[in-house]
Amino acid sequence: MKFAVIVFPGSNCDIDMYHAVKDELGEEVEYVWHDEADLEQFDGILLPGGFSYGDYLRSGSIARFSNVMNEVVKAAEAGKPVLGVCNGFQILLESGLLPGAMLRNQGLKFICRPVELEVVNNETMFTKAYQPNERITVPVAHGEGNYFCDEETLKQLEKNNQIVFRYANDNPNGSLLSIAGITNEKGNVLGMMPHPERAVDKLLGSADGLKLFQSIVKHWRDSHVVTA
Amino acid sequence: MSLLLEPAEQQIKDEKIYLEMGLTDEEFSLVEKILGRLPNYTELGLFSVMWSEHCSYKNSKPLLMKFPVTGEQVLQGPGEGAGIVDIGDGQAVAFKIESHNHPSAIEPYQGAATGVGGIIRDVFSMGARPIAILNSLRFGELDSPRVRYLFEQVVAGIAGYGNCIGIPTVGGEVQFDRSYEGNPLVNAMCVGLINHDDIQKGQAKGVGNTVMYVGAKTGRDGIHGATFASEELSENSDEKRPAVQVGDPFMEKLLLEACLELIKNDALIGIQDMGAAGLTSSSAEMASKAGSGIEMNLDLVPQRETGMSAYEMMLSESQERMLIVIEKGREKEIQELFHKYDLDAVAVGTVTDDKRLRLVHAGDVVADVPVDALAEDAPVYHKPSTEPAYYREFQAIENTEPEVENMEETLHALLKQPTIASKEWVYDQYDYQVRTNTVVTPGSDAAVLRIRGTEKALAMTTDCNSRYLYLDPETGGKIAVAEAARNIVCSGGRPLAITDCLNFGSPDKPEIFWQMEKSVDGMSEACRTLNSPVIGGNVSLYNETNGTAVYPTPVVGMVGLIEKLEHITTQSFKQAGDAVYLIGDTKTEFGGSELQKLTAGEISGKAPEINLTVELERQQALLTAIQQGLVQSAHDLAEGGLAVALAESAFGSGLGVTAQTEGSVISALFSETQSRFIVSVKPEHEQAFEELTAAKKIGEVTAQPVLKVVHNGTAVIDQPVEKFEESWRGAIPCLLN
Repeated sequence: MKFAVIVFPGSNCDIDMYHAVKDELGEEVEYVWHDEADLEQFDGILLPGGFSYGDYLRSGSIARFSNVMNEVVKAAEAGKPVLGVCNGFQILLESGLLPGAMLRNQGLKFICRPVELEVVNNETMFTKAYQPNERITVPVAHGEGNYFCDEETLKQLEKNNQIVFRYANDNPNGSLLSIAGITNEKGNVLGMMPHPERAVDKLLGSADGLKLFQSIVKHWRDSHVVTA
Repeated sequence: MSLLLEPAEQQIKDEKIYLEMGLTDEEFSLVEKILGRLPNYTELGLFSVMWSEHCSYKNSKPLLMKFPVTGEQVLQGPGEGAGIVDIGDGQAVAFKIESHNHPSAIEPYQGAATGVGGIIRDVFSMGARPIAILNSLRFGELDSPRVRYLFEQVVAGIAGYGNCIGIPTVGGEVQFDRSYEGNPLVNAMCVGLINHDDIQKGQAKGVGNTVMYVGAKTGRDGIHGATFASEELSENSDEKRPAVQVGDPFMEKLLLEACLELIKNDALIGIQDMGAAGLTSSSAEMASKAGSGIEMNLDLVPQRETGMSAYEMMLSESQERMLIVIEKGREKEIQELFHKYDLDAVAVGTVTDDKRLRLVHAGDVVADVPVDALAEDAPVYHKPSTEPAYYREFQAIENTEPEVENMEETLHALLKQPTIASKEWVYDQYDYQVRTNTVVTPGSDAAVLRIRGTEKALAMTTDCNSRYLYLDPETGGKIAVAEAARNIVCSGGRPLAITDCLNFGSPDKPEIFWQMEKSVDGMSEACRTLNSPVIGGNVSLYNETNGTAVYPTPVVGMVGLIEKLEHITTQSFKQAGDAVYLIGDTKTEFGGSELQKLTAGEISGKAPEINLTVELERQQALLTAIQQGLVQSAHDLAEGGLAVALAESAFGSGLGVTAQTEGSVISALFSETQSRFIVSVKPEHEQAFEELTAAKKIGEVTAQPVLKVVHNGTAVIDQPVEKFEESWRGAIPCLLN
């Protein structure tokens, strides 16, 4: 399976995503600069964290106009897995691939710390390797991760099981219903504030994020690789 | 200011306009003599910034010469953007610490943010990839609303810049003391990783080569920042707010990536950050180091404001800019490289052979001065030094114990002291994990980062107990270096080198100069004994408010090499049943201690003694024990002594500890005698550990999470760890709300 890590000016978790895939997952991965116009050769699209365009106007609001985003939309429509983490999640919201918006953290401060998540839906292509309601530890690092959406959207999210991760005990940013990650209706686009790519190696505190990437690969293999 | 309004040469002399720029009568005469004529306004500006203490070290140079700066590990000593030490396998570490005190005192967010931005540029201008940021902060007491404002904004500024640019802020220290009330200290350190082959120098070599300006445009911000940094703060300092620069971490991220791509291009000859004194220092220093000259056409300088004069452009300290020298004829290639990142890269001048900095603006030569005069020939002052009366008084005081009744309450009170209390409130705001190499996160003795693709790791720390330095600068200077080394060793590393940031009051006062002199003597001796030379740093003088100086605060930033990942050690207890050892004897030493401050409200007496030979022996023995796999946890005893160290090792471990002490209880628990460690060891390794170190077994790690100290057979502390942790964790948030 071949992954693309999209690099916007100001992305800074691109290297983390790249090495998580290459070193820990053992799959192919390439950086793709934001003005590239073709993602055809990739099987999975990863939008890393960071401060695209400095997040100066509003997180993710400028990045969504990058050339590459048209291609990301195409990939999403084609059913390829698209994962946006942190700033990547914010860009997915801005581009309309996922519903809702981000507010500043309730405490108005940037927060960096490991948090406990509950895997609310382990039926998605991103979470199949987890147990139902499994508790995992994954770090957050953001200033605008307070997820918000209108009531109608929230009902839809719940009805379609689109809420994939919730903060288990401590909701660090004030997100609605402690939402930490959601998918689109089709289930192939996941946005999440916590950083699974930072939790792939016990040496750095947790390897609980690895199963997320393994789920993507397994799903892809099951649907693409013909067994002899 | 337009050119027309600038005072003419004779007027500058007659009205002594140079005094406003920080030049003395004698210095002005020297400029006149060097030029063989009167300087014009632009030239005067060049001299005034380049001859400021911040750029020339004119008051501190004689002291800096005392530092040991060599060693087989040193690849680059002081004098470039950052020092560099070898870590084997063709790799090296570049690091440096720098102050941004004055800007942070009047505009804390931007002052701190641009301090971080500046030190990062120093590191990547060497060709190194920045991998970590640390800091060392000093504030007044948190009971003042102004101090709380400064503290919150400085932390936010560091977070804002470091988080956005994507370099983890992994460690540092924050201390609080009345002496920093009006003049906080904000020191930022950056550590970078580099291959030996990629090491760059800031040199303008090769006559005819092209000088290019890259990065952000020049504006009117930060004009005379270096001069402002070299004078005392006063009630009028708010007027200097325009001398504070404004940072753009997104711009710097682009500049960083572009420059790291640039160093792989063989067209590059030299590169230097436009830091303090901006375009002036970068051009003059690059030419001076190469023995060449530079001619620049200022009309070509990218400007974000209209009508800027030559003076303004040369003295602007707008951020996120670099000056580079490239091979003639390859400008287009370089422009394309920077264009990818939407950055300006403009040829603004050429390298000449006449050793002069010649500036053309609107068709006129507006400055023509020898580069060495700017970069090298600032006058050097040997300031008078006088032993202050307070020092003699303090030395005459016998060591005694502060009086406290209840040991549990005392421990709670110490854990709530902001200097000891958990700094979680601070580091939760820093992204300390980005780039996924941070193995030991903030809160332990030193931060540890793995070096991807190797079995090695780097330990890094900043340290300085300025109370000891105030009481006795020579001893305190030794302690600052030794404590940094203790932190590195406790993490499993071998100290490689230090960078220092010498924060003092006005060197014009003989008592302050004496503090500087003695501190440097003490630090130098410790660096020599502990084989940890000084590879660079920064001097920040005139840290005074309305005539009162801060405590002498020579902050030590140290980096150490951990040879194998399995050597990485933290301060936390690991397993019930492990033996707890204390390395080092305890004496009655409370001068400058946390308990003295707590009980008396001020400090007095003698600083704790330190014997550097003993220090080295203990550090080496502990490191050997760690490398042999005999150590579960290691923690040095610092502020608050043994009781605080035991509590800190228990926090977050889910375990408890029972320890026995003897002698006088107050000293046993709270004395700050130096060169001590607490170490936990698995039962099966006790014998081997004892053979290696002169440690004394004082207790064991317990499954029950209780902190218990039994003194001469009586329990003097016996409470759940959780209770102490609440005091420790809650103190700073509580003081801020």
